[in-house]
Amino acid sequence: MRDHTFAPLDCTTEPMRLNMEDVHLSLGGQPVLDGLTLCLDRPGITVLMGPNGTGKSQALRLMHGLARPDTGQILWNGHPASEMTQTQALVFQKPVLLRRSVLANIDFVLKARGGDRSRAAALLAHVGLAAKAQQPARALSGGEAQRLALARALALDPRVLLLDEPTASLDPGSVLAIERIVLAARDAGVKVVLVTHDTGQARRLADEVVFLHHGRVVEHAEASDFFPRPQTAAARDFINGRIVV
Amino acid sequence: MQDFGDAFALAFGLVLNPTSDLLEIVGLSLRVSLSACLLSCLIGLPLGALLAVTRFRGRGAVLVLLNALMGLPPVVVGLLVYLALSRAGPLGFLGLLYTPTAMILAQAVLITPIVAALSRQVLEGLNDEYADQFRSLCLTRWQSMAALIRDGRTALVTVALAGFGRAVAEVGAVMIVGGNIDHLTRVMTTAIALETSKGELARALALGIVLMVIALAVNAAVQGLRTRTEAEAAHA
Repeated sequence: MRDHTFAPLDCTTEPMRLNMEDVHLSLGGQPVLDGLTLCLDRPGITVLMGPNGTGKSQALRLMHGLARPDTGQILWNGHPASEMTQTQALVFQKPVLLRRSVLANIDFVLKARGGDRSRAAALLAHVGLAAKAQQPARALSGGEAQRLALARALALDPRVLLLDEPTASLDPGSVLAIERIVLAARDAGVKVVLVTHDTGQARRLADEVVFLHHGRVVEHAEASDFFPRPQTAAARDFINGRIVV
Repeated sequence: MQDFGDAFALAFGLVLNPTSDLLEIVGLSLRVSLSACLLSCLIGLPLGALLAVTRFRGRGAVLVLLNALMGLPPVVVGLLVYLALSRAGPLGFLGLLYTPTAMILAQAVLITPIVAALSRQVLEGLNDEYADQFRSLCLTRWQSMAALIRDGRTALVTVALAGFGRAVAEVGAVMIVGGNIDHLTRVMTTAIALETSKGELARALALGIVLMVIALAVNAAVQGLRTRTEAEAAHA
């Protein structure tokens, strides 16, 4: 099923392929990523999982070109991540919405990136916010705000959608609504990289799982292999809800 | 007339039944200060936004200088503008000395650093919130600045009103470059100084009361906007 609310991908374009090679990153003198090496070359939804402080969100920022590693390289289809930001969209854990109406938040992005501004209403309808188009964006609930952030990200026609815990602290109804949008994006051919702590969500959405621990990739497997047969004690404990440090 | 009570009574009489001279002075004061405020906003707001979104070597020194310029002595500004506009000065050919335009320029020079420094402070806070999102959206610097100014508009109106309040209460600079010429460059503050020196306390008081009413109105507007801004922030 393809959803044409946002422009479908050009099928002739090369599939997006990420290579992170021996990436090190320290923040405030503390190592966050310690020789992270990762290759993502298949379509669908990749879930980044792991305990708190293991560097998942920082890895996402590096992939998006928002930060630079201390050492190592990050390439998308052979190009540095900082040159590929325009091909991607990042949705932050806490959505940053402009102080204007819901519709104007979408229109702003379409105008800034030279997109078709008539798509704004359709994008809002796609995420179930058409009725709130004229309301102040900052008056939206947490779930609605995150759906607006997703609509704004989709307005960019991204080839890669990076999601940093988009459903953290949301009620089940909002989680379901957001997951449907993410699945629709995946079905439309967008590569999705999702950071989540929610094992249930990872089981529902993941095509493949990357498990990070102490700033490194310790497992990278198909979801259908990872959940029934985790290869490391840390991943096994994490899946089973035990505390992993 | 020297009796203080009589002076107040006469002052209120003048305020309630203003003469054409009084209205002319009040009108010119508002015209000069509003024009100066507009001019300083046209320069100061983009400058503040630029400083909010850019990082460069020596930025700290620029900010220190800008903050220091907020305390520019009006008479020094008046003297500098006077030297620039006087016949021998670099802008002497414009023939602006002792005109309302010269007064607008002097007040604009005085309050532009205030508008730029305060707007930089307001917009930098907003930019801290938006910066990652703007970078993620690959916005240009100018697009970021425009978005910051639009989203910070409520707080920026407060900044503009603060600049207007400073301009309308200023006397030293406009006295030097305007010359306090009757029916041409006489504004409330220079008229108060003149009437006081002549012993016309009632007239000076009347002008003072009008000036204070304007100052109160500006402060009330600032307070109202501040309350609204805080309510918006709480809402966010």
